[in-house]
Amino acid sequence: MAATKHMNHIQPYSAQSGTMIPTPFRKFLRTCVLWQIIRFIAINIKMTILILKSHH
Amino acid sequence: MARIVVMGGGVSGHTSATFLKKWLGSSHEVIVVTPNSLWNWIPSNIWVGVGQMTKKDVTFALADVYKKAGIDYRQAKAISIHPEGDKELDKNFITIEYTGQGKEGSTEKVEYDYLINATGPKLNFAATEGFGDANGIGKHTVSVCTADHAEHAAAELKKVFEKAKTKKQKILVGTGHGMCTCQGAAFEYIFNIEHEAKRVGVRDNVDIKWISNESFLGDFGMGGMHLNVGGYTASSKIFAESLYSERKLDWIVGAHVNKIEKGKAHYELLDGTTGVEEFDFAMLIPPFAGVGLKAFDKKGEDITAKIFAPNGFMKVDANYNAGAYENWSASDWPRKLQNPDYGNMFAVGIAFAPPHTISKPMSSPNGTSITPTPPRTGMPSAMMGKAVAQSIVDMINGASEPTHTACMSEMGAACVASAGKGLFTGTAAAMTVYPVVPDFEKYPGTGRDINGTTGEIGLAGHWIKYLLHVGFLWKAKLRPGWTLIPE
Ligand SMILES: Cc1cc2nc3c(=O)[nH]c(=O)nc-3n(C[C@H](O)[C@H](O)[C@H](O)COP(=O)(O)OP(=O)(O)OC[C@H]3O[C@@H](n4cnc5c(N)ncnc54)[C@H](O)[C@@H]3O)c2cc1C
Repeated sequence: MAATKHMNHIQPYSAQSGTMIPTPFRKFLRTCVLWQIIRFIAINIKMTILILKSHH
Repeated sequence: MARIVVMGGGVSGHTSATFLKKWLGSSHEVIVVTPNSLWNWIPSNIWVGVGQMTKKDVTFALADVYKKAGIDYRQAKAISIHPEGDKELDKNFITIEYTGQGKEGSTEKVEYDYLINATGPKLNFAATEGFGDANGIGKHTVSVCTADHAEHAAAELKKVFEKAKTKKQKILVGTGHGMCTCQGAAFEYIFNIEHEAKRVGVRDNVDIKWISNESFLGDFGMGGMHLNVGGYTASSKIFAESLYSERKLDWIVGAHVNKIEKGKAHYELLDGTTGVEEFDFAMLIPPFAGVGLKAFDKKGEDITAKIFAPNGFMKVDANYNAGAYENWSASDWPRKLQNPDYGNMFAVGIAFAPPHTISKPMSSPNGTSITPTPPRTGMPSAMMGKAVAQSIVDMINGASEPTHTACMSEMGAACVASAGKGLFTGTAAAMTVYPVVPDFEKYPGTGRDINGTTGEIGLAGHWIKYLLHVGFLWKAKLRPGWTLIPE
């Protein structure tokens, strides 16, 4: 039961039940500082590439 | 000596004016005509709207910055454009009406060699019954479109949270008309409200609902987008629905809000049915229109319809005759942002008339159009401002036509939607999309470069949002190294 605690608020057949709900591990990663530092660098690189591609 | 007049000192106009002055130096004149005395970093109004920042944190006085830069600043609003001059004046000019600098109400003719229209949107609250009138927002809902609106929203939200300590409260966030844009701002605001409600301990007592004109959640006025996640390429619909579901937010989509009363929003849906949503607090984005500039030819004849599209935005080098959705192409979108009739006139940011929407046009069986209009967010707006400034510099130096382009079907956008403001408590959805307008010929299936279109949620996006706040205010204030900060 504990493995699906993050789904407890979802009503069957509701609009909410038709999508994906993040697992506790996914949520943990969102605020895990070490992982987020890596993502911070990655997102900055992505955004820089985007900016370079957009200038004409 | 050439004179460039920039109408509108917002995101795009300020970018144009400051780069023009930097590149042209004192040998040419740059004039900014804008009615506001303060520059506003609009994206951070979201944080003002939940009481996490104040108006002071997101604005600064333009006069000092322009004085230091050598830009002639007229605190006034442009009223009309005379691209051929008039009977008395043989030179093209605009008329302006002062709103400050001790000259309130007085009018003036300002001649130009090059004109940039960067006047942004008129917040058209009057389009929906009970939403507001020609003077702006009405008394039943709040807005975060200006720093003042956002401060008012924060005060109202605080009252609702106070009431929620003892009684269930209903919050409604989204768009206030079937033809709205800027869903991204409302999207960010709803997540900040949810975060704040949790922070002050009243989340269980507030029902928070989304209402918008998008045909599906995650459309964002761009027809949605596709992202690569976990070995799948999936629609933004799935990600948006996931975010709302995770945070227990309900949603209504495909809605044209047609009437607002105290505590009630009446709407019509794409399937033709109607409904009423009750609320204790509602932040609805108004539809945008052009600011109502007029244009006249040399004889004084009204040529507004020639220069401006019916929605009041200025016509540029776009294909306005693309017809039905099936015929649309990425090449319909303007590249030079130059007016087709008067080559020394440009429009940037929200002020240019898009050729059509980006999302597929839809209407209800009753004939009501319910289609998001195209977003022109900060990054593309600033890029347009810079590209036009570069073109004008080259034209002053002898180029026969614009040399730089900024086309929404060739440029990307980065968008960071935060929830909360703390360094370790909030999270944000950081998204990149490339190009903004899908190009189905180049990228069949998705219309977008799947490597340039990304999205993820976490603290990292949140830090970026804060950096953007600090960085863009630094840049706009022309602090040391400002040119190194990208648009
Ligand atoms: C709440 C909110 C949050 C947002 N968040 C984001 C975000 O996170 N990321 C993002 O990329 N974008 C965001 N945007 C969009 C972004 O703010 C706009 O894309 C951007 O401001 C458009 O720039 P602009 O120069 O066209 O218009 P504006 O910045 O609105 O500037 C227009 C200027 O013209 C002036 N003006 C008006 N009428 C006249 C006249 N008659 N004569 C002269 N001047 C006139 C106005 O006073 C204003 O100074 C957000 C928008 C809102 C409302």
